[in-house]
Amino acid sequence: MAQVSMTVNGKAVSAEAEGRTLLSQFLRETLGLTGTHVGCDTGQCGACTVHVNGRMVKSCNMFAAEADGARITTIEGMAEADGSLGAIQAAFREHHGLQCGFCTPGMVMAAAALLADNPKPSEADIRAHLSGNLCRCTGYHNIVKAIMAASGQDVGAIAAE
Amino acid sequence: MYEFDIEKPSTIDEAVAALASDEAQALGGGQTLIPTLKQRLAAPGVLVSLGGIDALKGIRPEGDTLVIGAGTCHADVAADGTIPALSALAAGIGDPAVRNRGTIGGSLANNDPSACYPAGVLGLGATVVTNQREIGAGDFFTGLFETALEDGEIITAVKLPRPEAAAYVKFEQPASRFALVGVFVSRTGTEVRVAVTGASEDGVFRWTEAEAALSANFAPDALDGMSPDGDMISDIHGSAEYRAHLVAVLTKRAVAAC
Repeated sequence: MAQVSMTVNGKAVSAEAEGRTLLSQFLRETLGLTGTHVGCDTGQCGACTVHVNGRMVKSCNMFAAEADGARITTIEGMAEADGSLGAIQAAFREHHGLQCGFCTPGMVMAAAALLADNPKPSEADIRAHLSGNLCRCTGYHNIVKAIMAASGQDVGAIAAE
Repeated sequence: MYEFDIEKPSTIDEAVAALASDEAQALGGGQTLIPTLKQRLAAPGVLVSLGGIDALKGIRPEGDTLVIGAGTCHADVAADGTIPALSALAAGIGDPAVRNRGTIGGSLANNDPSACYPAGVLGLGATVVTNQREIGAGDFFTGLFETALEDGEIITAVKLPRPEAAAYVKFEQPASRFALVGVFVSRTGTEVRVAVTGASEDGVFRWTEAEAALSANFAPDALDGMSPDGDMISDIHGSAEYRAHLVAVLTKRAVAAC
């Protein structure tokens, strides 16, 4: 066991972790931040996507020890200061960008990373960016719409399917 | 996963010292190694994370050569653009989250027969720099998941000559997005290199017959009727014949894109 310290959603945290403790486990089991979902646990589905030093990564494919000293943002850090939904979250609700909701935390984190780099993405940009985030309800269409809307763009241009 | 300790050296010397133990295994970005550990296909006693070594990171020009630190992630190579074909190759690996963790050094050291970077490095005639020596790409890749690296040897950088023209075209295996076949073509003067990944039982290789034909006439139709010799991979994703056919088609497309 070794001490691991990081800043999660603006708050300094420190706890013991085994070498093999994944960042996803550390967030969920040690810190109790269960908004980060673990879908496949093989680095494919993207449900566990968080930001590490501002970049989206799959937290099941990184050890907690590797995040020592890093700045982490999880879905719990995406709401506004008053607890209301952030712009991307609100757009997901408005456009029904979720069905069962399991992939949604990863989708929101992926969307936030995209919009930070590319504030006005095209539909093709969004779909390419989500290539590592799987929605097994296959609800991609409304997810794309929600991200378009969150970027302040007209969603009417997106084809019906 | 079996239990192991993680060490986080901050210098190359510390990493080399940590890797001296028989039980130690280097950890790059972990995008292949961590899933492998989860499947218990590897059981190191100590993982030596190279992610905290600043000397392994960054991209810088050195004359006509681009030097990429081994710990540089795919997303950073994709954003660089100095060698557009290489940046395009990096931008096509995995997905955005994987590209933020996976590193060029990790990909080369692993030498997956379907990985993209080996084709780019061999196709550009690059040099792999380690903590001990410099290894030409042609000597570096020695077989499936096999390289010239010795125990405890760490890739520190890759030196890539800038070509006059280059392109990488891959045909993705749709589930994994690894290359079912990928072809990297570069041309500098009349020197042409064609490097193929995903296709051969021996891992990445240079298709020298195509290089000779393209040196005489750098055009897609110079390859009419040609297909590579050697043992192609045959699996549920594609037969050996299919892969050999793809090699020729993708090489023509890469030449056309140069």
